[in-house]
Amino acid sequence: MTGLFSEVFLSALLFGAVTAAIPLLLAGLGEQMSEKAGVLNIGIEGMMLAGAYLGFVGSFYSGSLWLGFLTGAAGGVAVALIMALLCVRIGLNQIVIGIALTLGLEGLTALLHHFQFSRSYPRLPAADATVIPLLSDIPVIGPAFFKHHLIVYLAVALVFAMSYLYRRTQLGLNLQAAGDKPAALDVAGIDVVRTRTIAVLTTGALAGLGGAYLANVGAGLFIPFITNGAGFLGIVLAMLARGRPVWVLFGALLFGVCLSLTTAMQVAGINIPTDVIQMLPFLAVMIMLVLFGRRASLPAALGIPYERGAR
Amino acid sequence: MSIDTAPTASATALDPTSGAATRRDILRRLLMTLGPILVALVIAGCILLAVGVDPLAYYGYVLEKGLFSPLGIQQTLTRMAPLLFLAAGLIVAFRAGMWNLGGDGQFLLGAVTAAASAPVLVQVMPGWLALICSFLIAMVVAMIWSLVPALLRAYQGVNEIITTLMMTFLGTSLANVLVKLVFRDPGTTVPQTRTLPVDERLPRLFDTTITSGLLLGLAAIIIVHLVMTRTAFGLKLRIVGANPRAAVHAGLGVPGLTIAVFAISAGLAGLAGAVDIIGVQGNVRADWNPAYGLAVIPAVFLARMNGFAAIGFVFLLSVLSIGGESAARRLGVPNHFTLVLVSIVLIVLALAEYVDHRYNQSRKA
Repeated sequence: MTGLFSEVFLSALLFGAVTAAIPLLLAGLGEQMSEKAGVLNIGIEGMMLAGAYLGFVGSFYSGSLWLGFLTGAAGGVAVALIMALLCVRIGLNQIVIGIALTLGLEGLTALLHHFQFSRSYPRLPAADATVIPLLSDIPVIGPAFFKHHLIVYLAVALVFAMSYLYRRTQLGLNLQAAGDKPAALDVAGIDVVRTRTIAVLTTGALAGLGGAYLANVGAGLFIPFITNGAGFLGIVLAMLARGRPVWVLFGALLFGVCLSLTTAMQVAGINIPTDVIQMLPFLAVMIMLVLFGRRASLPAALGIPYERGAR
Repeated sequence: MSIDTAPTASATALDPTSGAATRRDILRRLLMTLGPILVALVIAGCILLAVGVDPLAYYGYVLEKGLFSPLGIQQTLTRMAPLLFLAAGLIVAFRAGMWNLGGDGQFLLGAVTAAASAPVLVQVMPGWLALICSFLIAMVVAMIWSLVPALLRAYQGVNEIITTLMMTFLGTSLANVLVKLVFRDPGTTVPQTRTLPVDERLPRLFDTTITSGLLLGLAAIIIVHLVMTRTAFGLKLRIVGANPRAAVHAGLGVPGLTIAVFAISAGLAGLAGAVDIIGVQGNVRADWNPAYGLAVIPAVFLARMNGFAAIGFVFLLSVLSIGGESAARRLGVPNHFTLVLVSIVLIVLALAEYVDHRYNQSRKA
């Protein structure tokens, strides 16, 4: 048992937690923006898968991680474009289209993987870490938090950028209004459909980026169904965060620790089915909800397509 | 319309043309369903062409196995049994305005408890009683599993999308833990529950391989449809769904109804698990998760929560999944293509409904 609590082990555990948390963070931030604008984006799992696949393909053929992130985000946006067209522009049911997109992308990416990579299962080399001077010398915490790929720091910075966006900018207010009272936004002369489209496309970009990170940095390869419910976790995080980006970060880290613990337990040879540990974060959140559950402050028009003049 | 049929027509309906109108309506609805499916098949066919598979051969196998071969259609009808129960459960929840997205967790827990109890119970009591008992156990377990989201929604107003999604993740893991640690069959090396012998399972219909669970499923969804549309209880639930605040003003006990909705919805999902195990599979292997719930949700929406329409969509889903499995095997395409096909069918059907709706509106205007 001494090995379990050694410095090296602990920092590896935390390092893994951050790596596992980043895709959830990006998905959660994206979903949060959609929900603020009144679109319940259940297709986010599909967007992440598109991002994971295209991100891997981009990195694999170009040899550049950054290009992979770009193609991954583009893949997420492409799926989001369908969602925006069908659910925002012409107002189809968001749950039907969201689930259909998730199912379709699950199938499509698995299919493409089968024809492209299923014989060789190629891997990417380990991602370069950006080591932050001084901070990374702190024992335990240093190697855990300050030796990650640059995109990790950017993702954390994005949390604060989002906070600023929602609190201090016109666009942030418009997004909020599009979800709370779209008719009022319309009367104020702002295009509701365009505002919501911006939100959905941003969600796609973030989810795609999260997927690309998951495949390229987290796993180093693409396998079918690699996201394994990360998008749905993103939805949970966004709803629990009640519109505040910082809470998405905390939530993502909590889930990240539990996911990392699953791997760590296996490495340490502790004989509990991984399913038990996988239950921990959900159990924690459910207990929190039972103890402190209050009315979730969801946008009033969440899930309702906006049609001008409709009552 | 000929002269001598006109009086009888006007005697049965006030408007003499209504008979022809409904017939045209039914025809149009049929066209609006089959047309989009055809379009979806063409789009999916292009994807098949792109990966170098002959779409005609693929669809040929799908139709042959899923619909026209005697064995295939029997498998299709058997597959419908759990899907019908799931659809019935979703109809109750969605009509009452509650997003029970936790169907898969409830389904798996029902399946695992049915798989654990049935082989034990058949040894101590007559077979039919043992099956009824395991059905009830599965139902009750699934109901209990939905209690936390139900109570949180009823008394704290916590959004049920979050809670049911989380409970479904928890339920999937818990089902695995139960299979691996608690109900594991000591006689096998693969982690799975004890197998229910074939002659103890639900009887098959006549001389076919179709499970009698199909009849149970059909009964469940038709009863649910009638309860929701023809009874006071159903009306109450629909009022809660249409406007919870108005329901409170109308003097309805909304918290109690909320808990009832979750219990019925989850209970039916648990029965879906039980019918799949006791009728078809016989045991639960570790990490088994067919994730039926995810495909049934959009189908129920497209059926506009109408029980009879849902039967049609469930049939379509079953044909695609059974036929797709076979076509994939024979042509060397991974089975994942079925997911793509189902997804495109759902999207095109949703689009067609929108076009139809707009067309009707512009004609009225």
